[in-house]
This record gives sequence, structure tokens and C-alpha cells, in this order.
Amino acid sequence: MADHIQLTVNGMQRDVTIEPGQPLLTVLRDSFALTGAKIACGEGQCGACTVLLDAQPVRACSIPIHAAIGKAIQTIEGLDEAGQLHPLQQAFLDHAALQCGYCTPGMIMSALGLLLQNARPARDEIIAAMQGNICRCGTYPRIIRAIEQAAGELRVQKEGAHHA
Amino acid sequence: MHDERADTRRLAVTAAQSEDRLRGGAPDAPLISSWLHIGADGGVEGYTGKVEVGQNARTALAQAVAEELRVPMDVIQLIMADTDRTPFDAGTFGSQTTPIMSRRLRTVAAATRELLIERAASHWQVQPSTLTALNGCVLDSQSGQMISYGTLTQGEPLVLPYRQDTPLTPPQEWMVAGTSPPKVAGRAIVTGQRRYTPDLIRPGMWAGKGLRPRALGATLRSLDISAAQTLPDVHVVRDGAFIGVVAPDRARATEALAALHAEWEQTERVSAGDLFEYLRSHPAPPAEDPARAAALHEECGSVEQGRNAAAHALRRTYTHAYIAHAPLEPRAAVAEWTGDQLTVWTGTQRPFGVRGELAAAFNLPEGRVRVIVPDTGGAYGGKHTGEVAIEAARLARAAGRPVKLIWTREEEFTWAYARPAGLIDVESATLVDGTLVAWECHNYNSGAAGIRTPYAVPHQRIVFHPTHSPLRQGSYRALAATANHFARESHMDELAHHLGRDPLQFRLQNLQDERLRAVLEAAAEQFGWEHAQPGPGQGIGIAGGTEKGSYVATCVEVEVVPASGLLQIVRVVQAFECGAIVNPDGLRNQVEGAIIQGLGGALFEAVDFQDGQILTDRFSRYRVPRFADIPPIETVLLDRQDLPSAGAGETPIIGIAPAIGNAVFAASGVRLRALPLVPDGRVPGVAGGGT
Ligand code: FES
Ligand code: FES
Repeated sequence: MADHIQLTVNGMQRDVTIEPGQPLLTVLRDSFALTGAKIACGEGQCGACTVLLDAQPVRACSIPIHAAIGKAIQTIEGLDEAGQLHPLQQAFLDHAALQCGYCTPGMIMSALGLLLQNARPARDEIIAAMQGNICRCGTYPRIIRAIEQAAGELRVQKEGAHHA
Repeated sequence: MHDERADTRRLAVTAAQSEDRLRGGAPDAPLISSWLHIGADGGVEGYTGKVEVGQNARTALAQAVAEELRVPMDVIQLIMADTDRTPFDAGTFGSQTTPIMSRRLRTVAAATRELLIERAASHWQVQPSTLTALNGCVLDSQSGQMISYGTLTQGEPLVLPYRQDTPLTPPQEWMVAGTSPPKVAGRAIVTGQRRYTPDLIRPGMWAGKGLRPRALGATLRSLDISAAQTLPDVHVVRDGAFIGVVAPDRARATEALAALHAEWEQTERVSAGDLFEYLRSHPAPPAEDPARAAALHEECGSVEQGRNAAAHALRRTYTHAYIAHAPLEPRAAVAEWTGDQLTVWTGTQRPFGVRGELAAAFNLPEGRVRVIVPDTGGAYGGKHTGEVAIEAARLARAAGRPVKLIWTREEEFTWAYARPAGLIDVESATLVDGTLVAWECHNYNSGAAGIRTPYAVPHQRIVFHPTHSPLRQGSYRALAATANHFARESHMDELAHHLGRDPLQFRLQNLQDERLRAVLEAAAEQFGWEHAQPGPGQGIGIAGGTEKGSYVATCVEVEVVPASGLLQIVRVVQAFECGAIVNPDGLRNQVEGAIIQGLGGALFEAVDFQDGQILTDRFSRYRVPRFADIPPIETVLLDRQDLPSAGAGETPIIGIAPAIGNAVFAASGVRLRALPLVPDGRVPGVAGGGT
């Protein structure tokens, strides 16, 4: 039996009819054509499908859709604002922290989850938070540098907002 | 910027050339219009059959065009790997993109620039030599007149042969090549807008799944499709030996697949534990032509004579396991039929080869098949073949609608081909002063790439024995150069210790190749090899080599915890040289990535299999390098502007495994001769270490 549910995706209410038991990833990709979260392992082992649920990074391939109802879903597509890249996105470009780019949206969303909890992560905290994300092209050192840069950038932005 | 009319004319010419090629005519498209198009608005399209799989070809090739055509990077759009729109290309492998394709596009762009200068000269009635090209325009600096490329071409295709001997801009004068511009299409990647094959959607598209045998080599005994057929909107497809299902979406296709009841006849299979014995005793049967054709036997001097004259001799065997490419983007294809025209989007390194496979599978002329390769999420040598494309096309034909097929991770690990496993016997002999006099090497199964020693040895016997492989195997980044360098550079280290010599000095003593010497010295200097003073449980190792025209040397420091045998990689320094550097940061990215991917195969990656089952069939069972596995890595790039640029995607992977093995010996006295070196993270034989 198909279910009608309502989801909040990147700040927008969206209605969708789905077969129960679908993972969040399937709904994002097939119902909303949000394909930034990637299909890669389907078992929560690689992080390529990472999105935020109420600011917590989750593996969309392993989260049943019903667990997402009533929560704020954020995907990579909702990250830039009016064409302005988020500091994390810019930092990945600045450090060329990608090769094939297939891991990149998941990396950025995992990093965002980290920075929302911890504005000043130490290197080993970054490693611990990112350990579930695989980059088969091997851009890990660049990704760490990109996260460090973005963390600094976000702190400056925040302070700026504070003093404004 | 895209002009349909011009494109149609250009394509007609490209297609005619493609037919010529099929008839054995023109080997390479000789016309400018096959490679470049300049629109009336000055936009430039470049056409290449190469694919972008993360190696940054899209950026590096655009740089080549920008450099010679004298246009800014952002007016260039590369059309890559579309068999209807790009000239024939054998495939993206073997580090050929930089030395061959980049050179070709540079030549075409330079010839086009000269042609446009000539046109402007005749327009203005001046000598071409008084004009220069700059920023998409031809400029007469005396009169101050300027005319844009777009005005000169009016967007008409340049259906003219290009001068193949047009001189290229020397690296010393490069403005765009030799720099590190931002990655082309990087923004689409970080915003999640880049569409890889699994992300494509076609109107009316459904999802497909293939049925896999229960074990490797198993054959179908019986199939009951009745339950699956009762499901709404499900097509069950039997096409030759292939069985699959199509349904409106992936979830329902998965459900339908589970409803198929198949019984399988299993055959007896070799298991991982018996692999090396098996390889040694199973030469490739003569029927397996491709493998036999790869056999290699080279002799120089007489190894027997060399051994007789020697003071020391050493014979050792080195082994390496099968490993998986595990690209993060699984094999996937979208197939769409229009009458008997077939279009397939798929991530492959051989678009034209896959077109041929599809044409053969469906008995179509190649002209009816179009293969388009969207930029792809990793390949590493693993995406040469078209099986997923053929499966998707079978499903689409049966369902009468476009079908997308994405292999699951389990299918990837089980049914894709692996990097060959193998064993390598090395027997060497040296004089009292450490001069190498004899070198004999027998490689079983892994391949001939990198098998020749770069050291100066008067008496050599080098043999590659093709072998029957229990697992499906194929190409992998750097091919067998990784295995052959592991064997050779481990052996060189064993010899050095045997003779009581410094491993670096021993190598240099036996080396005449200046480029290899230069990278070894550069790596050692940056690492501080000479003055290193490892403490107890610490050790340093070095390895070097060359393959496909580029050179690498790697130094590693490790620590082996005495109580547990746990291995820690403390730091890595790698020097690399591939001629004139086209994109320094892109190169550094490739070198770092290769070291990191190489760490997996060096330390813990191995395909495990038993009784026809691949046991390592998911990321939770097949460990790949992750953030916590990465030591500090320093790269030293030697820029040889006097030498042509060679490819760099492969060779930087070959140094890390022997360098680590050699450092482990220095730290612990334990010589590891099998890849992976420490599957459980511990050095065997050290107190408390694994077995
Ligand atoms: S696809 Fe979800 S974790 Fe890998
Ligand atoms: S950039 Fe290719 S997997 Fe990370």
C-alpha cells in the first residue's frame, strides 16, 4: 500500500506518495530528483549518500523514510544560497579536495554535520567524524585541509554577525 | 554558443571519417573540425574520446587547447567520450591522455590559431608574421586592429586538414599549461549538480536488475519465474544466458528479482588459500589466446655465466593477492532504443570499445549504436568492459522503454574483474663489491608491465608466464607494475642488507638511468635519508622505479610496536617526475591519491574467496583506506621542461608497497614478501604479532 507523507527538504514542504519501507535515499533521488546524495554501497559503509536530518549527518541509504518525517532534511542541493557557495563548498574547490567527485557531496554533508556541532574541531576530531566516508580517489589530506579552512571561515562569519 | 546547424555539418564529416576508419582508412581524424569548433560568439568546443574519471583530463585538456589557441579557459567546452560526436579513441588507460591526446589537441589548436592568423592577414592585406593571436582575437599591433575568432569563422566548421607539424609553444613560454587553474566543472560537483550515470533520468525510464549465479562458475539448472510474473508492472527478461527484471523503480525491480526462483549447478572452484600453488601449476591453456599472446621471455647475456662469476646469490619469491578497484560509482548504464538505434550512457574507460561490444551483442552496425560516457565516479582501470551496458540494453529492448541498471556493491565486488594476483620468483647475483651481475625474474599471472629491471645488469632472464586465473581479472591502475616493483624493490633491499650496504647507495651503485637516480636522490633528500636515526622499533625504507615514461621514488618511515606488532606508517615522502608538468596541483593530487590508493593494496586489501563465493563482497568486509589510515605525505615534483610530458595517473602508485615492506624490515627484522603486507594491521613474527 502506498503512503502519502509530507517531508521538509531544504526548507520546503514536499508531499510524496511512496511505498513503505523505502530508504530516504530512494525518495530523495527518485521522487525529488535530488541526486546529489549518491548511490554507492547501500549499507551505510561509505558515506556517499550522507544528508542531514535535524542537523545530524545520516546515511540516507540506510534510513527508512519514516524516520525522516517531521524532521528537517538537508541535502547538498540546499547548501548554496542565491548562487553563493557555502564556505565548505568553496573550501573543497580551493583545495581541489576532489578528483572524480563522487564522494564529494557526502563528504561536504558529513563535514557540515561536524561543524554544526563543533565549530573548532581538532584534526583528530575531523578524522573521527569523517571516518565513515570513503574517498576511493584518495583525496583525504585535502579534504581535511578544506574542512579546517571552512571551519575558520565560518567562525569569522559568525563573529562578524555577532559584532554587527 | 551551441550551433545545431554547424554541429550537424561537423558531425557528418566526423561520421564519414569514422566509417573510413572502420574500413581501415584514415587512422586519425585529420580535420580541424573533428577536434575543434569555434562558434560565431567565440565559444570553443573541443572533442575528445577520452573520459573524465577523476584524473582531471577535462581540465588538463582544456588547458592544452587554451594554451595554443590563445583563448581563456572559460570559453572552452570539452565534449568527451561520445561516440557520435568525438573522434575514435581506443580508450582512457595506459597514461596516454597527456602524451598523446594532449599533444594532439595542442597541435590542432596551434594549427587553428595559425589558420586564423592567415585569414586575418588576408583580410587586412598584411603579412601573417606581423600579427599575433591573443585572448580569442587576432591582433595587428602596428595598426591596433583586432578581429575576433568568431568573426573570422562565422561559426562555420573548419573542415580543413590541420598542419601536423605546426610547432608547439615550448614549456618555458607556457601561460596556461603549467599552471593549476580551478577544476573545470568543480562547481557542479560541490553543489551536487553533476549527473553521473546512476543519476540520469530519461523520459519513461524504468529500473532493471540482473540475476546473478549463486557462485562463480555456477550454471543455471532451473528457473521458475511464475511468482515474479504475477507482480504488477514487472517484465522478466531472458536473453541468451542473461536473466533480468524490469520494473518501474529500483525497489520493485529488487522485489521482482527476489521472486525469481533459480537453482544452480555449482562447479568446484579454487579457494584463496590454494591460490599460489594453483597459479604456479596452471599455465594458461593454449586456447586462451589473449593471455598466451602476452607471454614474454627476454634474455640478455647469460644468467648462468653471471651466477658463476658472482660472490653472492639470492633467490626469493614474492606474492600478491587479487584486489578490487571498488570505484565509488558502481557500474551503471542507461539504455534507450529508438527503433533499431541504441543509445547507452555508461561510465566506461572505452566508449568505442563498448560500442563495439554492444554492436556485436545485438548484431548491429556500429553506426546504429551510440555510447555516451558522463564524467565518471572513479575507474582505476576497472571500467574497460561493457557488461553493464549490454545488460541494460537487453532489458530496455525487452521492456520497450529506457532502462537504468546500477550494479549493487555486492555485484561490483563479486562480478567485476579484479587486479590479477600473482607470484614472482627473483634470483639475483652480485660481485663482492655489490655490483649486480645476474637477474632472473619469473612472474606468474600478474603481467608484464614494469617487469624489466631499470638497474644495469649484464646477465638477465625476464619471463612472464600467463596463467589460468581462478577469478575474473583485468586491468588496474599501473597494471602489474605494482607487483613487479614490489618484487624487485623488495629484493634490491634484501640484497643491500645481505651485503651490509645502505639501500639507497646500493641502488645508485647499480643504476645508469639518470632520471631514476634523480627521483631517488630527491626523495631521499627531502626525507632526510642520510641523517635519519631511527630509534628502536622504527625503520625507514626506500623504493624506486619507472613505468610508462615517468619516474617515482618513495621513502617511508614506520614504527612497529614491539609488544603487539602493530604497524604505524609515520610518514611518506615521494618524488615524481613525468617530464614537463602540465598542471602542478592536478599532478600533486594524482600523486597523493595514488599513494593513498596504493596504501590499501600494500597493507590490507585482498579479495578473499572460497568455493566460488567472494567473501569480501561489501565495504564492511573489504577494507579500503579511510581518513585514519593516512600518514603525513609529502610529494616532490621534478619539472623537466626539457622532456615531453608523460601521463601521471598510474606510476605514482608503484613505490609505496615496497617502501613500506623495506621499512618494516629495517624496523623489525621481519621480511614481508606478500601483498597485502599486514592484513590485520600487525607484523607477523614480532612478539604478539599476527600469524
Ligand atoms: S551509499 Fe549510503 S553509506 Fe554508502
Ligand atoms: S574524489 Fe573520487 S571518490 Fe572521492
